[in-house]
Amino acid sequence: MTEHRPVLAVIGAGPAGLAGALAAAARGVRVVLIDSATEAGGQFYRQPAKGLGARRPQALHHQWRTWERLRAGLDTHLAAGRITHLSDRHVWCVERKSSGFSVHALIGPEQEESVAVRADGVLLATGGYEKVLPFSGWTLPGVVTAGGAQALLKGGLVLPGRTAVVAGTGPLLLPVATGLAAAGAQVVALVESAGPRDFTRRARTWAGAPAKLAEGAVCAAQLLRQRVSVMTRHVVVEAHGTERLEAVTVAALDSEGRPAPGTQRRIACDTLAVGHGLLPHTDLAEGLGCRLDGPSVRVDDEQRTDVPGVWAAGEATGIGGSALSLAEGHIAGRSAAARLTDTVPDPREWAPAARARTRLRSFFAALDAAYAARPVRWTEQVTDETVVCRCEEVTAGAVREAVGALGAGDLRTVKLLTRAGMGWCQGRMCEPGVAGVAGCTLTPARRLLARPVPLGVLAAPADPTAPQ
Amino acid sequence: MNPLKLTRARPGAPFTVTFDGREIEALPGQTIAAALWASGVTAWRTTRGEGRARGVFCGIGVCFDCLVTVDGRPGQRACLVAAVPGADVRTQVGTGHEGAGHEGTGHDD
Repeated sequence: MTEHRPVLAVIGAGPAGLAGALAAAARGVRVVLIDSATEAGGQFYRQPAKGLGARRPQALHHQWRTWERLRAGLDTHLAAGRITHLSDRHVWCVERKSSGFSVHALIGPEQEESVAVRADGVLLATGGYEKVLPFSGWTLPGVVTAGGAQALLKGGLVLPGRTAVVAGTGPLLLPVATGLAAAGAQVVALVESAGPRDFTRRARTWAGAPAKLAEGAVCAAQLLRQRVSVMTRHVVVEAHGTERLEAVTVAALDSEGRPAPGTQRRIACDTLAVGHGLLPHTDLAEGLGCRLDGPSVRVDDEQRTDVPGVWAAGEATGIGGSALSLAEGHIAGRSAAARLTDTVPDPREWAPAARARTRLRSFFAALDAAYAARPVRWTEQVTDETVVCRCEEVTAGAVREAVGALGAGDLRTVKLLTRAGMGWCQGRMCEPGVAGVAGCTLTPARRLLARPVPLGVLAAPADPTAPQ
Repeated sequence: MNPLKLTRARPGAPFTVTFDGREIEALPGQTIAAALWASGVTAWRTTRGEGRARGVFCGIGVCFDCLVTVDGRPGQRACLVAAVPGADVRTQVGTGHEGAGHEGTGHDD
């Protein structure tokens, strides 16, 4: 009897959401897959728009066979009516009801109309977004996030500029640099603030993840072939230009994490793709009252949050890449399928995924430690004139004044005194930068709504409907 | 090499949108941000405070830096909105509501 089958709302159609949706749908649960993009895939498997007619999209991707498997699985379940895919839906709130949940989503890019979907359980697979720490000139057009450069390339098949510098820190910079170079950009430098020594010291850890090691080696070989100058233990201290980016100044870091005198070099470029790691998207989890561990949603061995009926998987529970997202999503989907049909799940059934999860979590913990092994005193390089909150145009000087002269001791007070974090993005881009410049701890923002919502939508909440 | 060649793309027929009155070519499925980048346009907004030029930054709908006015509607995120034939894309000055009696109100949300 179809109408008695429990409904699992999966929010996010990236690796974690897809793995969760497939696992749950295969085990008798009706899945509503809700995603903001037009095509499934998330950021990792972002697909070129259909109209572009790409016959070899895999040229811009890793692990394409995994994607083909996910895509085929999704198609099968869609055809059988076990999964409903709601694309172009931006979820702004998940509401707990006495019997289940209402998932509220704005439709399409204009976002003036909201729809609600009723569900018995929710899997949050909301992914992550890029953290960028401020520096002089980072608001110039031509400066994009590393992931943003990759999104323009994978989704729109355009290059953000001709001559690019890729800079910051973290494992994402390698595939971004190789991807841009393969697509025809002249990548003049890869500027990474971590040093090679921090990685060679952990050789035994890397040996435990041969696939990841091979991925890194392939990227490194491509960079060599493309003659990309790899500058480790270097940072971009300034981006130059008036109306748009014209050049960057890079410098080597000394052992204290400060630019070493005499090492500054100016590199001409029209694009700077910059990133300092990723942050989990936790707004919906916070709105539901799920407990966080640091910046990530806390989950148990079954990927359950501490709110009954709510699971979380992938980057939202801690940044760890697509393979970890797949393992977590799979476990979450199986657990949800069992729990929503009042069965006690047997973890032995997902033992391989659980082993992969353990292995990949320790690998990424080691990777994080290697990238963070030595200090980078970036806040000292942020001049008073540097804008730290991009939306509200709040300068580092204003933040420092709020802390120094006005005595602000926490991020919330800094926000109230300066408006940093009160603009369109609601602090998503500036939070780590403002916290660093202010010398405050980065605490979860606790945003009530995950997206800006028109007042008319709030005033007239939609009635939840069961999926078709 | 370019991304279209690399992926052996056979795009549908190109069409034009206008950016501040100037014709710009776009390919089906491209977002406004992608079409503008492909035409060498990197800025399509000036900030509310200092009037500084801004364009796309996060590329995935999080930062709101790529706001643009499309067919008279300000505050559209160029990285999410698909380009459609004949779209009238204009540089957004401030909130895009200035001059319409909303000057200095700051936010739409």
